[in-house]
Amino acid sequence: MNKEDQINQLISEAAETRWEIGQEFHDKLSESIYSNAAEIAEKTVLKDHEKENFNLDRAIDRIVTSPIWGFPIMFLVLAIVLWLTIVGSNVPSEFLASILLDNVYVFLKAQADLVMPWWLSGFLIDGVFLCLAWVISVMLPPMAIFFPMFTILEDLGYLPRIAFNLDKLFRKSGAHGKQALTMSMGFGCNAAGVVATRIIDSPRERLIAIITNNFSLCNGRWPTQILLSSIFIGAIVPDEYKTLIATAAVIGVALLGIGLTFLVSLFLSKTFLKGEVSTFTLELPPYRKPRILQTIYTSLIDRTLIVLWRACVFAAPAGAVIWLVCNIDIGDQSIAIWMIEGMDQFGWLVGLNGVILLAYILAIPANEIVMPTILMLTVMTTSIAGYGEGNGVMFELDSMSNTHDVLVAGGWTFLTAINVMIFSLIHNPCSTTIYTIYKETASTKWTAIASILPVIMGFLACFLITQIANIL
Amino acid sequence: MSNNQKKTPCDTCGQNPQGRLKRLGVEIEKSDYVIALAGNPNTGKSTVFNSLTGLKQHTGNWPGKTVGRAEGGYIFDGSKYKMIDLPGTYSLMSTSEDEEIARNFILFGKPDVTIIVVDAGRLERNLNLALQILEITDKAVLCVNLIDEAKRHNIEIDTRTLSKELGIPVVATSALRGIGIADLLKTVDEVAKGEIKCTPHRIKNVPKKIETEVKKIQDKIENLYPNLPNSRWIAFRLLDGDRDIIKAIENGEFINDK
Repeated sequence: MNKEDQINQLISEAAETRWEIGQEFHDKLSESIYSNAAEIAEKTVLKDHEKENFNLDRAIDRIVTSPIWGFPIMFLVLAIVLWLTIVGSNVPSEFLASILLDNVYVFLKAQADLVMPWWLSGFLIDGVFLCLAWVISVMLPPMAIFFPMFTILEDLGYLPRIAFNLDKLFRKSGAHGKQALTMSMGFGCNAAGVVATRIIDSPRERLIAIITNNFSLCNGRWPTQILLSSIFIGAIVPDEYKTLIATAAVIGVALLGIGLTFLVSLFLSKTFLKGEVSTFTLELPPYRKPRILQTIYTSLIDRTLIVLWRACVFAAPAGAVIWLVCNIDIGDQSIAIWMIEGMDQFGWLVGLNGVILLAYILAIPANEIVMPTILMLTVMTTSIAGYGEGNGVMFELDSMSNTHDVLVAGGWTFLTAINVMIFSLIHNPCSTTIYTIYKETASTKWTAIASILPVIMGFLACFLITQIANIL
Repeated sequence: MSNNQKKTPCDTCGQNPQGRLKRLGVEIEKSDYVIALAGNPNTGKSTVFNSLTGLKQHTGNWPGKTVGRAEGGYIFDGSKYKMIDLPGTYSLMSTSEDEEIARNFILFGKPDVTIIVVDAGRLERNLNLALQILEITDKAVLCVNLIDEAKRHNIEIDTRTLSKELGIPVVATSALRGIGIADLLKTVDEVAKGEIKCTPHRIKNVPKKIETEVKKIQDKIENLYPNLPNSRWIAFRLLDGDRDIIKAIENGEFINDK
């Protein structure tokens, strides 16, 4: 008998025996392993029962995962983190802006105008540098405060408790409970969240987790939310409630995102992705005392600087493109004006405007640069500012109130700010995430759905908000 | 890791095995030995990985942090080690993606040593995976991690008895604080070079009826591939209808075993 026959015989014999002993085999073998493990542990684990009186971890878990307190505590933790971010980033933001925009920009522009032709100094200083400066002053402070706090929560072991609390809701939505973890990862970065869905075994539930990950506000979008909420929503109440209301608004948007995650998951599991919900065990790890200093250090290096670097890498060429579309004329006006005018009508219909829509197109590579792009397009295409155009009033964009003034000059209202916050939550994922989705699903169809579905939803949401606001 | 980087006289002393460690990060083109790092989720595997390779794989306190696998390397006592951080799993007997990655690497990647990281505070539950790994490979070191945390909960592990029971060397560590890493390096080195011989524990108390069936299949496998160290485990998997294993047998992937 040759080897191949022997192999085939072996496999068929195994298959036959398998029928005979059946399911019992797997269970019995597992039982043997468990009993072996228990026996060995019995001999080797020395427990001091005398001292084993109070289990702090379990006591904490009983509170943070309790049906009554679980959710309020989650919201409170989120609120504290956001509030500290909003309060804390105001001052450094203004400081950075006053250095980079008021001093360095003016200095560079003056120097460049002496030695370069106008188009080169415009391209480099008004385009590339200005966009970078805005990214750094708008993005860096909130990130430097938000990320370390998020990392500390992660090291502490709070994330699995969130997953535990949300598990029931996810199961009711026909999705996998572990989606709570990938959703939390998405709050850091959607591309990372999409990769993290590998912990979900069932392809159906994994697809749901991938498609809905975009509804987790990622770190490119938190600053947009925080900025707009501070300058528009905080502004409608007396000063002493400002940060409180601004925080509440950002939390509202984040919660809306979580709500949409459930809704879209439910929708998908009832339509295109029908199937059983799989069960799983989730271990609640012990709480570990985070090493605060090291956490701050690594989250600054690993996350903040990497994200900032990514933002800069995308912002520099984006700044160049912005300057180009604003300064290359077709016929009697610039490309930017053509595009903005072309999209303006649709923009206003959904409560946005052409500048915002163009900014979202230019910012597909990175959500981080949406606000800087909007600011740049606004100052370059309206006659309000001295940047780039050399005429009009010189604006000092070194404080939030001036950012507010620029946006108002660009036609923004309170309603526009609300709509941009909503659209920032519900629009296409950034190109990195889209690429990651493609790599993970290996499917053009699902990648397209994951990219286009949120844009349509976003337009619908903004349209409804605007129409309702108009009626009121 | 900062603990390891302080230059005290102890760090450079010839008696300290860690003085012979050179972290290589990801520069691991040619290596003398391949080390697999396996264990349950959330046992601090990535922290052990980082403290040996000097890499800064992000660690986090939630299960499933390491998706896929990470690679790194170090030089110890002149030998070049390549280290693979496998995804954390509770078992090797189901068909989830991370279990397959871990299982396939230990089975087909044939690492020279497998470090099994367990949480000292949850030894019993963690041993389930350790026992399954010991069915697959006979060159393993058990790393009982998080001993300081266990101590806080008044739990201590009798590592000598544990080593005797499992038939492999056992090292107690707290990777986060750099405790026991020197010992781990030395033990891994000795197992890789064959200076320590392992006689791993094999699963006992399997019901007679099943054991006889397993034995029949196992004998057949050994007929085909005489030098296979894990014929019993492959018989287990065949009886469980594991498609990957069936395919591997068909392709003859077990033939080139050392």
